[in-house]
Amino acid sequence: MNEILKLLEEDSRYTPSQIADMTGKDEQYVRDTVKRCEDEHIINGYTTLIDWDRTSEEAVTAFIEVKITPQRDDGYDRIARRIYQYEEVESLYLMSGSFDFSVIVSAKSLREVSRFVAEKLAPIDGVISTATHFIMKRYKDKHRAFIVEPQQEERTLFV
Amino acid sequence: MMDYESLMSENVRTLKPSGIRRFFDILDTMQGAISLGIGEPDFVTPWHIREAGVYSLEQGYTKYTSNAGLIRLRAAISEYLQRRFDLRYDPAGEVFVTVGGSEAIDLCIRTMLNPGDEAIIPVPSFVCYGPLVTMAHGVPVYVETRAENEFRLTPEELRSAITPKTKLLILPYPNNPTGAIMERADLEALAEVLRGTGIMVLSDEIYAELTYGQHHVSPANLPELYERTLLVNGFSKAYAMTGWRLGYVCGPAAIIKQMLKIHQYGIMSAPTTSQYAAIEALKNGDGDIETMRGSYDKRRKLLLTGLRRLGLPCFEPRGAFYMFPYIGGHGLSSEEFCTRFLQEENVAIIPGTAFGPGGEGFTRICYASSVQNIETALTRLDDFLGRLGK
Repeated sequence: MNEILKLLEEDSRYTPSQIADMTGKDEQYVRDTVKRCEDEHIINGYTTLIDWDRTSEEAVTAFIEVKITPQRDDGYDRIARRIYQYEEVESLYLMSGSFDFSVIVSAKSLREVSRFVAEKLAPIDGVISTATHFIMKRYKDKHRAFIVEPQQEERTLFV
Repeated sequence: MMDYESLMSENVRTLKPSGIRRFFDILDTMQGAISLGIGEPDFVTPWHIREAGVYSLEQGYTKYTSNAGLIRLRAAISEYLQRRFDLRYDPAGEVFVTVGGSEAIDLCIRTMLNPGDEAIIPVPSFVCYGPLVTMAHGVPVYVETRAENEFRLTPEELRSAITPKTKLLILPYPNNPTGAIMERADLEALAEVLRGTGIMVLSDEIYAELTYGQHHVSPANLPELYERTLLVNGFSKAYAMTGWRLGYVCGPAAIIKQMLKIHQYGIMSAPTTSQYAAIEALKNGDGDIETMRGSYDKRRKLLLTGLRRLGLPCFEPRGAFYMFPYIGGHGLSSEEFCTRFLQEENVAIIPGTAFGPGGEGFTRICYASSVQNIETALTRLDDFLGRLGK
């Protein structure tokens, strides 16, 4: 199973037939495994890595450190749920260290992000403080460099 | 007007150029061709290795090293060979660092051969051995290995090639272009044939780390062959370091000592920056090898399944990153097949005949290329075979 997942993580466009060939498994087995992983939320979706900076689309991403007071009974989870339900929240992680949540938010403008923090995030019960850092440039995401390095000159060498 | 032709060394002038020059001339003119032709890793050298090279430059390590290479590197090579392949070589006298595996091969041949001595070369194999033997005034004796033996050298084939003049047996396994390997039992059978002779073995193990499903066995792993083996390896294939030009040779101290003289006069020392990078590769590169081998293996399976689906007979290669399917039976020579495939479908693969006698009817496909390229090449091959009437 993990072998199939690793291939899909590398490129989710690989077809079941390609994955079957690469792993030496039966195509139906691959289809079944993928289906089961989807059902069990091991696979949580398929997406595409886009460098929006190369398009005309206006977009900003911010990384927000959030400190909270954990709630009785639910600990961190209830507050987390309140935060991640927002459409603007791209990722949410519980962190060790000097703050509790790392919230990654994407929006169309700085102002939209600021409004999200001021009007939605900060007022949540239990949130003590926030620190917002805007992402200025994305060099690498999901193991893929967004910077295109010039290729070495073509060579025709017989080896 | 100087008559250059008559002035040059007879040996050089009569050296045959690669028989597929024409093929490469066409390849040069093709725009945007998919190339499954060049035999080198499609990875960039892992960053921590590159960084070690950069760091050495920052430190100002820009001078010659000792002729044999940095002792720290030789010690690392020795430690690596023991750890990965259970081989023991003394870094002080039995190992030295060369400019790629190629220089090591050249030095072994030049050190061992007197004019007229014969070197046995199993073919199909990499193109350099024969010409280097010729340049050393030796005589290349080609032994055609066969697809039904998975291109392994059999004891009968070896025995029939041995004459009183045989000095050297070249063992190029894991093999470029066939992907063949030699297992322990295969080597034991050869050892039987070599017993009592003075024949030395030059084992080119540049693809030793790239085997699939079984661990590489070196002739030097056999107690019987250890003393007659010159082991050549390098960093190009295992660590994707082709451009760094770094290899090494290990063997009996008495031979290494003599060999080192040629290196000393002709080369001085291997590139210093590369040597520092290589230390890092050996110490912290096992994970990189694992990752790259895993990636090649997936593509190997993809291509093999694809070729068999097209009905091309192909034995399962268990080493290197090449596949050597049979493409005969269409009324075309290998060279015609590959030339037309390139011209009509814009995909470059190499005619088997480039790798010596015995390659006719086959083609080498390198799968160190993207999954997408491999898939596209397979689709186009299907179209092409369809037009040839399968």
